[in-house]
Amino acid sequence: MSVSNLSTQLKGGLDAPICLTWELTYACNLQCIHCLSSSGRRDPRELDTDQVKNVLDQLRDLQVFYINIGGGEPMIRKDFFEILEHAEHNNIGVKFSTNGTYITAENAQRLASMNYLDIQISMDGVDRATNDAVRGEGSFDTSIAAMNFLRDANFGPFKISVVMTRHNVDQLDAFKQLADSYGAQLRITRLRPAGRGADTWNELHPTQAQQRQIYDWLIAHGDNVLTGDSFFHLNAFGESLPGLNLCGAGRVVCLIDPIGDVYACPFVIHDQFKAGSVHDEGGFAHVWRNSDLFLSLREPESEGACTSCGNYDSCQGGCMAAKFFTGLPLDGPDPECVIGAGESLLKSAPVTLIPKPSMDHSRKVSVTVGGNK
Amino acid sequence: MTVTLDSACELHPQVALRPEPFGALAYHYGNRKLVFLKHPDVVAVLRDVAAHDTLADTLVAHHVAPERWNSFVSALSSLEASEIIRVRQ
Repeated sequence: MSVSNLSTQLKGGLDAPICLTWELTYACNLQCIHCLSSSGRRDPRELDTDQVKNVLDQLRDLQVFYINIGGGEPMIRKDFFEILEHAEHNNIGVKFSTNGTYITAENAQRLASMNYLDIQISMDGVDRATNDAVRGEGSFDTSIAAMNFLRDANFGPFKISVVMTRHNVDQLDAFKQLADSYGAQLRITRLRPAGRGADTWNELHPTQAQQRQIYDWLIAHGDNVLTGDSFFHLNAFGESLPGLNLCGAGRVVCLIDPIGDVYACPFVIHDQFKAGSVHDEGGFAHVWRNSDLFLSLREPESEGACTSCGNYDSCQGGCMAAKFFTGLPLDGPDPECVIGAGESLLKSAPVTLIPKPSMDHSRKVSVTVGGNK
Repeated sequence: MTVTLDSACELHPQVALRPEPFGALAYHYGNRKLVFLKHPDVVAVLRDVAAHDTLADTLVAHHVAPERWNSFVSALSSLEASEIIRVRQ
């Protein structure tokens, strides 16, 4: 079977997700200006320990091999280690993303003793100024401290996870060196205009020239750098980057949010992309296999405005979430379309129609780009 | 070591197979490799290969036509390189 046939199969959906993101809480001690889930305050409806374990048991039965845990800051939950251990005992690998605040020397030892565990430390600048402008004052030092604790505990190759902004594209080589110096693996992902990121995307997203820079850098270094397949819209520049080269939303990817709602992907926390809830009859499996939304996402997509563009096979029209939250039609070009089709469309998009995320758990403080608060 | 028709093979103990419409997914919990197995008959052979003395015996048991045996040898060799299967000692 050829690669394109595999792609067709994947677009038709799998019996269970390959890449399931589960945000355990909306609570977070930071207030990053690009947070996908507008996190800050805990939601009183969040799944309790028993409910979380029940969902893990469902995922075990579906043979979901591993899950990506995030938040909010997942380690803020008092039952965090209990959840990790339950996953481990049920052969569910866990990769969790953290800002590092709760990785103490003691916790690092405990994490190092567990199997099937990967850790991603978030860091959005290779120096204090660049990082803290996005993630808040002191957050750079916090990430470095966590990395030191993991190294000292012999955790092994953890990951440094970077969201690419126009302020850190020039730091790619430096990020790689930083990761190498810890024996860590670098992971870079695309900035999405989701959550609070919708408010800051205009100021933060890489310029057209920087998109080319990211692409060239990934072509040169991509084999040793993780991307979560998030840059497939750049494939229109030429040779395809490593990865599946498709939008996996509802096909191979989904999100479970802290209150148990199931969304098509981590970047579209909006009612229009909510497939159901783990509380529904039949649980997660029923939502994955039968929700109207997921079934429709597995239908062949319309190429819409991109039909006449020779690059469609390379870029697949880009990211659904990026289009949605910038007010572009879902069957049109990506806002960061490499030939500029999205950019010119954005200039004419009626701003009042841009959808807002359905939920906002931001703490009640003002957030400004530049981050002096 | 590569796989031959005489090899005695088995799934790596850290590997799980999940059935899918196109065949199966294989996941290695140690090296975190995820492999798409796109031929249902390869999946059937993998699930059963540990029960036979050699790969050839497995292929006979699954009625795989001899002209396809070479493609199974190369498929299993590549899976051995990814540690999805291993040769029994």
